[in-house]
Amino acid sequence: MITNKKPRSSDTDSNYMRDDRTEMSEDDDRSPPSDSIANGSCPTRTCTPGSGSGSGSGSSSIPEYSAPYPDRVLENVLENVLWFLTSRKDRNAASLVCRSWYRVEAMTRSDLFIGNCYAVSPERATSRFTRVRSVTLKGKPRFADFNLMPPNWGAHFAPWVSATAKAYPWLEKIHLKRMSVTDDDLALLAESFSGFKELVLVCCDGFGTSGLAAVASKCRQLKVLDLIESEVSDDEVDWIMCFPDTETCLESLIFDCVECLVDFDALERLVVRSPSLKKLRLNRFVSIGQLYRLMVRAPQLTHLGTGSFSPSEDVAQGELELDYVSAFAACKSLVCLSGFREIVPDCLPAIYPVCANLTSLNFSYANISAEQLKPIISNCHKLQTFWVLDSICDEGLQAVATTCKELRELRVFPFDPREDIEGPVSEVGLQAISEGCRKLQSILYFCQRMTNAAVIAMSKNCPDLVVFRLCIMGRQRPDHVTGEPMDEGFGAIVMNCKKLTRLAVSGLLTDTAFAYIGKYGKIVRTLSVAFAGDSDMGLKYVLEGCPRLQKLEIRDSPFGDTALLSGLHHYYNMRFLWMSACRLSHQGCQQIAQALPHLVVEVIKHEDTVHMDDYADTLYMYRSLAGRRHDVPKFVSIL
Amino acid sequence: MQRSMAYERHLNLEATELRLGLPGSDEAPEKTSAIPSVRSNKRASPEISEESRSKGSSSLSSDVENCEGETAPPAKEQIVGWPPIRSYRKNCLQPRKNDRVDGAGMYVKVSVDGAPYLRKIDLKVYKSYPELLEALEDMFKLTIGEYSEKEGYNGSDFAPTYEDKDGDWMLVGDVPWDMFISTCKRLRIMRGSSEARGFGC
Repeated sequence: MITNKKPRSSDTDSNYMRDDRTEMSEDDDRSPPSDSIANGSCPTRTCTPGSGSGSGSGSSSIPEYSAPYPDRVLENVLENVLWFLTSRKDRNAASLVCRSWYRVEAMTRSDLFIGNCYAVSPERATSRFTRVRSVTLKGKPRFADFNLMPPNWGAHFAPWVSATAKAYPWLEKIHLKRMSVTDDDLALLAESFSGFKELVLVCCDGFGTSGLAAVASKCRQLKVLDLIESEVSDDEVDWIMCFPDTETCLESLIFDCVECLVDFDALERLVVRSPSLKKLRLNRFVSIGQLYRLMVRAPQLTHLGTGSFSPSEDVAQGELELDYVSAFAACKSLVCLSGFREIVPDCLPAIYPVCANLTSLNFSYANISAEQLKPIISNCHKLQTFWVLDSICDEGLQAVATTCKELRELRVFPFDPREDIEGPVSEVGLQAISEGCRKLQSILYFCQRMTNAAVIAMSKNCPDLVVFRLCIMGRQRPDHVTGEPMDEGFGAIVMNCKKLTRLAVSGLLTDTAFAYIGKYGKIVRTLSVAFAGDSDMGLKYVLEGCPRLQKLEIRDSPFGDTALLSGLHHYYNMRFLWMSACRLSHQGCQQIAQALPHLVVEVIKHEDTVHMDDYADTLYMYRSLAGRRHDVPKFVSIL
Repeated sequence: MQRSMAYERHLNLEATELRLGLPGSDEAPEKTSAIPSVRSNKRASPEISEESRSKGSSSLSSDVENCEGETAPPAKEQIVGWPPIRSYRKNCLQPRKNDRVDGAGMYVKVSVDGAPYLRKIDLKVYKSYPELLEALEDMFKLTIGEYSEKEGYNGSDFAPTYEDKDGDWMLVGDVPWDMFISTCKRLRIMRGSSEARGFGC
């Protein structure tokens, strides 16, 4: 019988919970798909009685439980069974059953997921889990992406790479999000893991092409090198040239965020000697003519990032006359298209041959109009994921709604992210999408004006919504037709969308909106709030009403110490709370820190903020087994 | 684009703002005790948002517009991190500058004899030679030694040199700091006595 009480510490369940990541997802909060039985990651094991598997770990921090012989058999059986358990939640539950299960689960866990790199120390994690093949680490909170956190705050990969280098020499996969990674870290990684296969860096920084060169040259089994929205400095090392001259195992090479030239000939040769390559996302320094050359070399691609999608500056006339249509037509397996970084719209028709098969299309860097979009999108019947700029206007969204009946995820980004301008998309586009794309699960929508009616319509038309993020760019804009706050719209979303786990609100919002969220948002896990609410009650409603809340990020809202204190019962269940430019005082934060010893309460000062003594500009707090971290920069005080 | 206009604060908009309420009525006391009235030039004061909310519009400036019938609202104070778009995306879509991010840095490459990696540092961050040298020592985990005009760098195997605008290699420290900053194109930390000493004459 699985007991539900918390064990000795919150070691087991919460710190190792994971959210799954889809290909293009910029966020980390999706409902996990049902995990398939592990195949490749499951090493062959034989079950023989007394085969020392129970105590093989050596550096376990849990006191050894010496079991008599029959239990040893049971443990071996258990071990063989638990190998098949891949879902993180299931594993966390299994580890709570009893010490024996705890130990065996720890030995058989091969995918280590750490949602907050400061929640547990690398030493503790590597002592508990001894047979890990894949590590996922997340560092900075999301608001750091928007310059709300001073640089050098932390989330350093270094202590993790050195701990895992010692503990898991067989490590195959590292996936980092919002971590600070240095070239030295990458060099150590490349040296330490001889069988290393997959490196995925999402929103990371601190390294350059030198680090990439180390990985390319030393990781001979490398299958995946994915750099997504990361900042890579140009150390003038041609890392593409550093891949070995022999055939490579590469299956995925994503470097569209790398802002430096690569030697094209080297890249072409690399593609030629990578027969398993399925995913290739080029950066904007690759011209359309060069793209053509790569495509004819790799018609087996399933995912293609097209680079600039425009001719190079010193263009040979021939570039515009190449048969791009044939090149695309030859890529019969292409399902995911992105890039178009400096698109010349005349080149767009080249992609017609693949439209009918596309499940994912990212036009979010392509400044195209509705007219330019329509011929493309009208063929994309299978499209499930669509990222686009608002340059397509409401009319473009209507075209999407007409054709893309299978759409699951839509993101509409602003071409011009200012606050006061006339926006090209509005409630009209949102309404159209809600009517046409009934299977919608996830939406991120930037606009200048919105109405409650359209949001309410979406809440009714799209019952499968899991993620609803609406960003009305003008701060505190009301419903532009009725002049009312946007409370009713967001209220309808939480009320009607029974699967909703992630919500981002905007526009003019009173405490009523938060009352709705607290009342109906019972499974909401992530909530983003900006410039919203009237009083402490707003935050109280949420903290008291949302039992599943894990990540709460708030900026510029009038919530103070009283509201903060109302969440004491819940903070240990959360991954983090972020509150910046609210109404918190040091004293209030201090009270929290004293009441909850396993919470790390960081107050971050911003250099150019002039503030009165007691005011806490930014609060970032998170549960942790590691206590206060040792790499605290000057501008952070830990209460 | 992300920094707010500091000058708006100097204009003392609050004194001249038009708002509903009796003349001389102030903001509620609890607001000012919890939130300072002088905020960073990077942030919008929540007080401004407070007042504008009650009128259902989104900015002080558009209030002014409504009352005075102006046609063009003044530029809104740019708020850090709003709208929430990553700077990478913003930089991609808006016209790029030629220099690197933010144009505020002065990056030069630093190589160290024998080290596999090049680094880039921002010279603007340092105010003097000792600061720069200390940073280099930290970065590359080496000791550079004492500088003297006559003998160059004593006390270690390493000597920091730089290439100036004319392509000449000079010893770091030979010219005044400001001149160094404006002429330094790249740095090289040399190793081994003879070459390094060669600079010392």
